[in-house]
Amino acid sequence: MEKKPQGSNTLLEELSSIPGAEHVRLCIQCGSCTASCPNADKMQYAPRQLIAMARAGMRDEVLSANSMWYCASCYLCTVRCPRDIKPTELMHALECISAKQRMSNPKTRTPAMYRTFADFVYSTGYVPEASFMTWFYFATNPLNAIKMIPTALSMVRHGRLSIKAKRMKPEAERQLKAILDKAEELGGAS
Amino acid sequence: MKRYYTWFPGCSCAHGGAKAYGASALSVAKALDVDLIELEDWNCCGSTPYSSIDGLAAMCAAVRNLALAEKKGLDMVTPCSCCITILKKADAQPKEYPDLKKKIDACLAAGGLEYHGTVKVRHLLDVFANDVGYKEMAAKVKVKLGDLKVAPYYGCQVVRPTPSFDDPENPQSLDRLVESLGAKPVPHPLKARCCGGSLVIPEEEIALDLVHKILEDAARNGADLIVTVCPLCQTNLDVYQSRVNKKFKTNFKLPVLFFTQLMGMAFGVDRKSLGLGTCIVSPDKVLAKATAGAKGG
Repeated sequence: MEKKPQGSNTLLEELSSIPGAEHVRLCIQCGSCTASCPNADKMQYAPRQLIAMARAGMRDEVLSANSMWYCASCYLCTVRCPRDIKPTELMHALECISAKQRMSNPKTRTPAMYRTFADFVYSTGYVPEASFMTWFYFATNPLNAIKMIPTALSMVRHGRLSIKAKRMKPEAERQLKAILDKAEELGGAS
Repeated sequence: MKRYYTWFPGCSCAHGGAKAYGASALSVAKALDVDLIELEDWNCCGSTPYSSIDGLAAMCAAVRNLALAEKKGLDMVTPCSCCITILKKADAQPKEYPDLKKKIDACLAAGGLEYHGTVKVRHLLDVFANDVGYKEMAAKVKVKLGDLKVAPYYGCQVVRPTPSFDDPENPQSLDRLVESLGAKPVPHPLKARCCGGSLVIPEEEIALDLVHKILEDAARNGADLIVTVCPLCQTNLDVYQSRVNKKFKTNFKLPVLFFTQLMGMAFGVDRKSLGLGTCIVSPDKVLAKATAGAKGG
C-alpha cells in the first residue's frame, strides 16, 4: 500500500511551543472536554474532534473553524481533563495563531470583537464598555446595532452606560504602551 | 482588627456597567473594617479577549498591574471573576515557563518595571468568606432578610481553573455567606456553570441559551433572586433577561444582585451607596416583601 508523504505538522509544533497548550500531544481522545463544554453542540468541530484534527495536521480546517471562538472560557474542561491538557488554553492558543495569520472565520464575529477589545486596551489602557460596544456593533453588523438600541437605552436609564471614558495619567499610558510595544516586537508567547 | 488590601476594581466595576458592584463592595468592606486601597494607575487586565489575540501582550498588560501592586506589599483583591483568572495566570505562567518570563521581564523593563512573583491575587468573596469570616458578617446584620430565597450563582472563573478557596464544580462559600446574612440559600445544580461571558456581544444566541438555562434553574428551585460574584454574570443574567424572555417565550422576573448589594441590605447600608437602582429587573418588591415579612414575624 502506498504511504502518504510524511509532512511536518506545523500546527502541532506551534501549539507545543505555546505556554499552556504544550500538552496537546498527550490527549487520549476520552471526550471529557466535549462532554463538559456548554457550547460543543454549536461548534463546527467539538473540542475533542478539534484536537484530533490538529494532531492529524488539518491546519487550515482547524484555524478557520468557529470552534475556538465559541469557547466561553468557563474552564470546566480544564478542571476535568485527565491528561491535564488545559483545553481552554489550547483554544486561546488556536485563537492567537488564527488571529495572527488573519485567517478568515466567516462563521463567527468573535474574532472581530476580541480584536476591538485588544485595541482598546492598547490605546487607552481600559475597556470603556459604551464606546467599545458601539464601536464593535457598528463595525461588524449595523443591523444588529439597531436591534441593541432598546437594551442600550435601558442600561443608560439605569445608569449603567457612561459615555465619559476614564483615561489613565499620561505617564502611566506611556508606560503601558512601551511595555506592549516591546511585546509586539518580541512577537507572541512562544 | 482592620484589614488592608490593594484593590483592583477592573473596568466594569470601576466605571463600567457594574460600577454598583464596585461601590457596594467598598461600602460593605468599610462596614466590615476592611480597607480596600485602590491600585494607582492600574490598567485593564486584558480579560479573555486579549489572551485570545496576543498571548504575550495580554500577559504583559496583566503583569504591569502585578508589578505595581508588588510595591505595596499587600494581597491584591478584585471583585471580578475575569480579572482574577487573568491576574492569577499572569502571576503563575512566568514561574512555570522561564522563556516566557524572560520575555515578560524584557517588556516590563521597557516600562521601567519589574515583577518578582510575590503578589497574592484574591477574589473579594474569598476575603469576606475566609479572612473576615461568616461569624463576623452575621454579627453585622441589622436588617432581617426573613425568608428571602437566594440562588447563589458563582459562574466559572471565580473557582476555575486554578485550585482556589472553593470547589471548582460544587462551591459552597457564597451559600454560607448568604446564610450568614440571614437569608436562605437555594441549592441549584447550575450554580457554577457558564453564562456565556463576553460571547453575549458577538454571539448573542449562544449566550442567551446558557443564560436561559441558569434563570430556569434558579426559578425552578424557588429562588426569589440571584446573587452573583462577577460583573459579566450579572450583566448577562439581568440586562439580557428580557431578551431571554423574548427568545424562549418565558416570563422570568428574577432580580440579579451583586452579593455585596445583598450584604449591604443586610448591614443596613443606605440604598444609594448600594446602587440597587442599576438593576434592570427591579429587586424592590422582593426585598420589601422579605424585610416586611421578617419584621412582622
